[in-house]
Amino acid sequence: MSKKLRAAIIGPGNIGTDLLMKAMRSEWIEPIWMVGVEDSPGIQRARGFGMKVTTDGVDGLVPHIKADNIQIAFDATSAYVHAENSRKVTELGVMMIDLTPAAIGPFCIPPVNLQALLAEGMKSNVNMVTCGGQATIPMVAAVSRVQPVKYAEIVATVASKSAGPGTRKNIDEFTRTTAGAIEQVGGAKQGKAIIIINPAEPPLIMRDTIHCLTESEPQQDKITESIHAMIKEVQKYVPGYRLKTGPIFDGNRVTVSMEVEGLGDFLPKYSGNLDIMTAAALRTAELYAELMQKDAA
Amino acid sequence: MNLKGKKVLLHDMCLRDGMHPKQHQISIEQMINIASGLDEAGVPLIEVTHGDGLGGASVNYGFPAHTDQEYLTAVTKHIKHAKISALLLPGIGTVDHLRMAADCGVKCIRVATHCTEADVSEQHIALSRKLGLDTVGFLMMAHMITPEEILAQAKLMESYGANCIYATDSAGYMLPDDVTARIGLLRAELKPETEIGFHGHHNMAMGVANSLAAVEAGAVRIDGSVAGLGAGAGNTPLEVFAAVLERMGADMQGVNIFKLIDVAEDRVVPMMEHPVRISREALVLGYAGAYSSFLLFAKRAGKKYGVPAHEILLEMAARRTVGGQEDLIEEIAMEMKAKKVG
Repeated sequence: MSKKLRAAIIGPGNIGTDLLMKAMRSEWIEPIWMVGVEDSPGIQRARGFGMKVTTDGVDGLVPHIKADNIQIAFDATSAYVHAENSRKVTELGVMMIDLTPAAIGPFCIPPVNLQALLAEGMKSNVNMVTCGGQATIPMVAAVSRVQPVKYAEIVATVASKSAGPGTRKNIDEFTRTTAGAIEQVGGAKQGKAIIIINPAEPPLIMRDTIHCLTESEPQQDKITESIHAMIKEVQKYVPGYRLKTGPIFDGNRVTVSMEVEGLGDFLPKYSGNLDIMTAAALRTAELYAELMQKDAA
Repeated sequence: MNLKGKKVLLHDMCLRDGMHPKQHQISIEQMINIASGLDEAGVPLIEVTHGDGLGGASVNYGFPAHTDQEYLTAVTKHIKHAKISALLLPGIGTVDHLRMAADCGVKCIRVATHCTEADVSEQHIALSRKLGLDTVGFLMMAHMITPEEILAQAKLMESYGANCIYATDSAGYMLPDDVTARIGLLRAELKPETEIGFHGHHNMAMGVANSLAAVEAGAVRIDGSVAGLGAGAGNTPLEVFAAVLERMGADMQGVNIFKLIDVAEDRVVPMMEHPVRISREALVLGYAGAYSSFLLFAKRAGKKYGVPAHEILLEMAARRTVGGQEDLIEEIAMEMKAKKVG
């Protein structure tokens, strides 16, 4: 086992903290810096974990990138500030994993297109789409790899407590980015995304419904088999990714409902929407780390 | 109750909320016919959108006969006096839809969120205001939280730029005292220039009574629907409410009740596929507090899986579902069927 790649996490909120806790267990990634803009509870937690911290944003990180040999950065802030964050670190040779819906770099849904992205070599920036995208696009791809899908629509229902201020301010970016990735990565000709926020107590576990309209009559056995195989792929990094109902076949409509329970690293288990983002981002970083090691060897 | 001289702005819903019982299949000709009739009757505000708002066209909620753009373009051309409004639910519709609606001649945008989630509406309310549109913040399922909690959410919407705030009884659950408490507090605590509105459903037959309570407590805008065409047991029947207001001497800004009654009887009732009434299922919506547009989805799922539709709705209410969660209905029906068999 060669030495781990050193990483910075930008954004010490819920996602950033959950990502930090997962990264601390990684065999490939070593989190070094947590970047915030004020001495927030997230910064204090990161300090408690022994991380180097700055409250001056990415500008506070930049002078240390070379000295600390930071090679990967995760941005868990918001789409509005991502472009600037990305520019500042990538010009120093750091690879950026983008957890905001900014989508400057190519979309990455690990079980669907990470291998294809890796085959293209190193990227300066890859985008993790959205929580709803991570939870649903594997299912769209599971149908579209069997036969053409003319339209795919996803409905993500998340607990109010798991929808942070970034998502709330950015709700259109969620629907737009997810819909784009349903087409580009999921393989549907047209994509649509809907998000519902529910404040019930106790909070509900993230729930996703995926509707695909196939061009010709759905091949039920093949689609069912493909969906179950894809679920196993996602479960490799999100064990709580579960089929609730379906596939239901009704004419050319194929519908599945999923439940996504998180690992409960930092946030409660109901917020599977956050967990699937951080788990997918870390998995992506790990596979790029492996690639970098190979390239260096 | 003394409403003499009180100003009331009626807002008709039958071409938006009425899209639910019509499964979003109202034709362009019907839209124009009804909207023109409402305009001639002096109704100042008419809503035209997919039942689930701009961008609602979907597998989940139903594909409409025509796009929002086609409906809005057609209707705005034929209207002489009334303002056309469009509904937008952040998470379903986006600012792109909002700009499209404004380009079609819509003068009022109503941004609707679940009553606890007002902070998802900032982008849309701010843009609507910037475009110079009459901008309404619409807090749905307002029976689920206290008046004080609604006020906090209303203040957020007001701070984003909404010039009118609604407490919306999406489930038709409220009784007049519930309305008085919510509208009264909003009126007392929001800026004096912010208008207050109430949107009712008739699931417990409280549409008219609740709307009167709202006016008495300080609401100026009241939603209703001619012939009650709306989700669940329908909205407050607009022509009935107008007749009551006329007898009470309220100032409806020139609405002609006989013309309104004619629109209901001659144009809206003939296009109903089934009577919009307080059926067993609609009553349960109101009694238990479930979102009114779940009605037809529960009936379809009940039929498909052989389970009682009203029991599905009771379960939807027990799980504290919110507007838009239609996708859970089939799953609940399947679970109920499995339990019956097992």
